[in-house]
Order: sequence, then structure tokens, then C-alpha cells
Amino acid sequence: MDQLLALAVVVPLLAAAAISAAGPLFGRRRRILDAAAIGVAAAVAVLLLIIMFRTAAGDQVYWFGGFRPARGIAIGIDFEAGPLSAGLASLAAVLVTAAMTFSWRYFERVATYFHVLMLIFLAGITGFCLTGDIFDLFVWFELMGVAAYALTAYRPEERGPLQGALNFAITNSIGAYLSLSGIALIYGRTGALNMAQIGEYIDRHPPGGLVVVAFLLILSGLLIKSAIVPFHFWLADAHAVAPTPVCVLFSGVMVELGLYGIARVYWSIFGQALGHRAGISDVFLALGVLTAVVGALFCFRERHIKRLLAFSTISHAGMFLAGVALLTPLGLAGTAVYVAGHGLVKAALFLCTGIILHRLGSVNEAWLHGRGRSLRVTGVVFTLAGLGLADLPPFATFLGKGWIDDSAGTHGLPWLMAVFIVCSILTGGAVLRVAGGVFYGLGDAPSEDPAMARAADEEKSETDSGKQRTPLTMIIPPAILVAIAFAIGFLTPLGPAVEAAALRFEDQPGYNATVLAGAHITHPVAIAAAQSTGITTASVLAGAGSAAGALILAFLALYWRRLPLLRRGYEPGTGLTTVLTRFQSGVISDYVTWIVLGLACLGGVLTLVLR
Amino acid sequence: MAYIPFIVVVWILMVGLYGIVTSRDLIHLIICLIVVQSSTYVLLLGVGYVTGAVAPYFYDVPVHTPAVDPVVQALALTDVVVEAAVTALLLAFAIQAHKRFGTLDPAELASLKG
Repeated sequence: MDQLLALAVVVPLLAAAAISAAGPLFGRRRRILDAAAIGVAAAVAVLLLIIMFRTAAGDQVYWFGGFRPARGIAIGIDFEAGPLSAGLASLAAVLVTAAMTFSWRYFERVATYFHVLMLIFLAGITGFCLTGDIFDLFVWFELMGVAAYALTAYRPEERGPLQGALNFAITNSIGAYLSLSGIALIYGRTGALNMAQIGEYIDRHPPGGLVVVAFLLILSGLLIKSAIVPFHFWLADAHAVAPTPVCVLFSGVMVELGLYGIARVYWSIFGQALGHRAGISDVFLALGVLTAVVGALFCFRERHIKRLLAFSTISHAGMFLAGVALLTPLGLAGTAVYVAGHGLVKAALFLCTGIILHRLGSVNEAWLHGRGRSLRVTGVVFTLAGLGLADLPPFATFLGKGWIDDSAGTHGLPWLMAVFIVCSILTGGAVLRVAGGVFYGLGDAPSEDPAMARAADEEKSETDSGKQRTPLTMIIPPAILVAIAFAIGFLTPLGPAVEAAALRFEDQPGYNATVLAGAHITHPVAIAAAQSTGITTASVLAGAGSAAGALILAFLALYWRRLPLLRRGYEPGTGLTTVLTRFQSGVISDYVTWIVLGLACLGGVLTLVLR
Repeated sequence: MAYIPFIVVVWILMVGLYGIVTSRDLIHLIICLIVVQSSTYVLLLGVGYVTGAVAPYFYDVPVHTPAVDPVVQALALTDVVVEAAVTALLLAFAIQAHKRFGTLDPAELASLKG
């Protein structure tokens, strides 16, 4: 039954081809095709969930064309599904289904190619998650990328989408080519493209400088995709201009896919050869913490709701990287659950923003202040999702972050918890500030920044705004997503299962045996001791504390003008914001300069660490 | 002399990146992106090259004739296909930019800041 793995990629690709071919035949009855596309996405979601549950007992490998490895040498190309990779792919499929359902009424004249591109995007994501071949990783990365670039510029008649799509496409393509250079180098050294086989080869031979260079090059593309500071600039531009249903996927899974790629490449190729050194962990922890803090600061000062959510994604990407960088099973398990929870609530937030745009015709927080009072249901869903983003127990976000904190605590990094709480308070506070101001009219409208207002005004043409009612197809998907994120927190058998999955993900000899020798491994040898995945009082307190902190911060942000102590006309953090704004210039050449500088620094540090 | 292709690769990569960083024209920028990608072709072919070997089609040559690595050539071909897709899309964006706003300068096109 391994063929299911191939079907998960083949079905959306074939459906995309069939739908685009059938487009002219259907003419006015195009809705049939839209429904078919949604059906295909839902089917792929079910398929991937089945794969995820089946792999809970052991990873599955599928060799295309039946070219199985002979004497430990991989001739063919394989798909390797574990619970984490299948889980990430199914999260993507669920979000694609939700986004397509949402867009049923969102775009008045939704062109067929929107659904086609979404299905291709889904196929790219699934392939990226499941592939066991390093070159295919690059191909899926680019396939996913091309679909994403085209979706970003869905409205090419405006300045913003063109600029956002260009910045996105050029930075990510540079990253992909650097990754490809790394792949070529590692192929030159090992003569293999199968990740398991490369891993086994470089583990048996002393890792030279070439392996470190290849490691850096392969990582660079993935770091750019996962929007790690200083490679994150493209993300906010692309998010601000992409249609809202597309943002759901960009924030919910695409950024996390970059991090998944890093984890996959590390634990199936380089980990053992580089020796899981503390230095590697430190470098990526530092990058993660930097990203989390920078993202949170940018998030809080933003008034354009979609950009605000985009910066919150950057902050969370930093936290995910820090969770992975602990190099422990519990840290990885926590990150996986955190990614799932974050993806669901962030998707719900974006969909609610889409409803705001559909009904009120703006995403400018200052203009919208108090105008969303009539959107009661949307307001409740948005607020709940905001609380979920701020790690309120029992949302899945709280569960995952609790495990990361536990793992960091036992490794002598208790301060990581404090960083996480601060970032959650800042990002959650920003989202709750929007909720309080827009839906409940609390406090005063934030001061208006003319540049931001202009950018937010450009959004109007995305949907025919000013509708009197919210269609059910638009409000039900975000409500369901929030409910799922809430329900995951109650799944008691989840903890041990995810930790077992993370253990298997980190077990490189086990991965090699599964892929190259067809072994069936259920209980791998751990590189680090397993820890309890229970819910501790500390984690509940941390989660509730960050949610409460976010609420307080949101109220302060809304009511600070009425505080008697402050002098009139004082704007908190104006000095800081002007400095921050200069970095995010919107010009591609600056972004590429940052990428080059960042890679040079990262390369220098990694060389020092891995000497 | 085996390292010469790698020097060429680094040189092409740097030239391309320099072009992207300093570019004031979208078409020029896209061409520079192609230059960056060209470095990967040279690298792939350089990795698989064997001095004195024949092209990898095994017809009409004695058995055990050394041949260059066919895998990297397949990879380079796939790479070309990827490049065609990306370049076509980017050029379409550039045409749109020129049609709608009459400019190809990325700095002038920038509407998003901060």
C-alpha cells in the first residue's frame, strides 16, 4: 500500500492539469470545476491523514518504478513518509481546502487558474515533504515556489503585488540556486543523491571543509524560504500583497516547510557526520531568538493587518527554529505541535482578515477602528484565534511551546522560555489590539501612518468589498480551524505519539536502514533521553501568563492615550520605528545584499564552530 | 588544474549577485538571476567531468571506456527547465510592470516600505 505516497502527489497534479484543460469547455458553469478542485484538495487531505496514521507504527518508503536499492546503493528515487512529514503535508492540504472553500465567494470573478495554481502548490508541498532525494527536494522547492510566485501576483494590475512577487521570486530563486550548488558539491563528494545514502557516506568518511560548505549552501535556500532574519525581508512584502486565501498557505505552511527542510537535511544527511555538536545548536538558537525578537517588534508596530500577521509569522518561525535547534526529540515534537497549532490559528486569522476586507474594504487598522462592530461572529473567531496565537491553554500552540520550554529547561536554557513569552505577548498583543479596536471599538484609534494607509488602501480591488452579509463559506472555515487547534490540546495520546515520531525523525541510522535496507523500525535508539510530554504546571502558567500579558498589552496599546502620566502627543517607540523602517526598504537589491552578508556571517561562524 | 571550473563557478556566481544588487532595471536584474543560475550549470558539469572520457552514450564504443557522469547532465537539464519556468514568469511580471507603470526600475516600483 506504499503507492498511497505517490498518489498524494499525482492526484493534485493530474487534477490541476485536467481542470485547466477542461476550463474552456465549461464556460459559465465554471463553478463545477471549482467544486471539483475543492473536492480534490479535501481528498488529498484525507489521503495524507491516512498516511500519517499508518506511519505512526513505522516509516513507509515508496520507490518509483520499483527501482529498489541494491546492496545499499539507491538507484531509484524514493518517497519516505514519517508521521512528521506526512503530518506537515496534511496540515498543508487541510489549509488548501479551507482557503479554496473560503475563496468560493471571496473572489467575485475567480479565474480557474487560481484553483489550478493552488493544486500545483499543494502537490509541490506534498512532494517536498515526502521526498527522500536531495535533488528532488530542490525540484519540489522550485515547483512550489513558481506556483507561489504566480499566486502572489494574482492581481498584476497593481504596483504592490508585482513588487511583492518580484522580491519573493528573486530572493527565493537565489536561495534555490545556492541550495543546488550545495547539492552538486555533495554529489561530487559522495556520488549519491539519495539522502540516506549521502548521510551514510559522509558519516563513514571524515567530513572535510567541502561538507561544511555544502551544508551551508543547502541550508541557505531553506533559511530564505523559512524567513529567518536577515533573510526574512521578502516575506512581509509577499504577504501584504498576495490574496488573503493565499496568505493562509504562505504563513500556515510555506515558511514552516523551509524549517522542515532544514530538519530533514540535518537529520538524514549531516547530523551524524557533524556530530550533533553543541556549537551547531548554539548558532541556530541564536538565529532563532534573533528572528523571534525582530519579528515580534516589527509585528507590534504594524498597522496593516496582513503585514502585522506576516511579521508575527516571522517571529514564530524564529521560535520554531529555536525549538528545532535544541536537537532533542522533545524540542522537535514540541515544534511539530506548535507548527500545527500556529498554522491553524494563523490561517483562521488571515481568513477573518479576508472577511474584514470583503465586508469593510480595508485592512488598515487605524481606519477600521470601531467599524467592525457588526461582524460579531468574525470578531469572536478572530479574538479566539488571537488568544490561541498568544498560547492560551489548551490551544495546540500552548502544548507545543510547553514541550519546547521543558526541553530547553533541562538543557540549561531556561531563558529561552522568557524570550518565547515576551515574543508571544508582543505578537498576541498586536493581534488582540486589532481585535479590540476593530471588532469592539475599544480605546482610541491608533495614529495613522500615511504610507501604511496608502498600502492598505491598495487592497480594495482584491475582493468586491462593501458586502452586507458574510457568506457561510467564508466564516465556517476559520471557525473550524480554530476549533481544531483548540481540540488538539485535549488529545491525551498525542504527546507520546508525537515524541516517538520525533525520535524516529532524529534517528539517522534508523532512517538509513529504513530507506536503504527496507527495515521496519518502530522503537529507535534515542540520541537524547526521552522526556515526559505531560502538561506541567509551569507550562500552563507560562501559556496563561503570555495570554494574559497579551491581553494587558493590547489594552495598554488601545488606552495608553488616556493614561494620566503621559504627556500629550507622545508616541511610544517612534524613535525605534523609524530605525526599523529603514531596514524594510522594499527594494530587491537591499534584500539581496542582506542575504549575501547574512550568508557570509553564517558561513564564518559555522566554519569556526565546526573546525 | 581540476579546480579551475570551481573558480569559474564562484566568479560567475559573484558577478551575478553583484549585478542583482546594483541593478536599476528589471530585465537586467532577471538576466543577472540567469547568470547566477548559470554558475550551477558549470558546477554540475564540472563535478561530473572526467578528463579524457567520452560523452555518456554507450553505443559504438568499447566496453569500459570512461564516460563523463550522465547524472549531472540530467540534473543540469532539469535545472534548465526550472530556469525556463522562473524566467518566463519573471519576464511576464516585468512586462506587466512596464505596461502599467511605465517603469522597469525596481526602486521606482517599490510601494511597500516599513
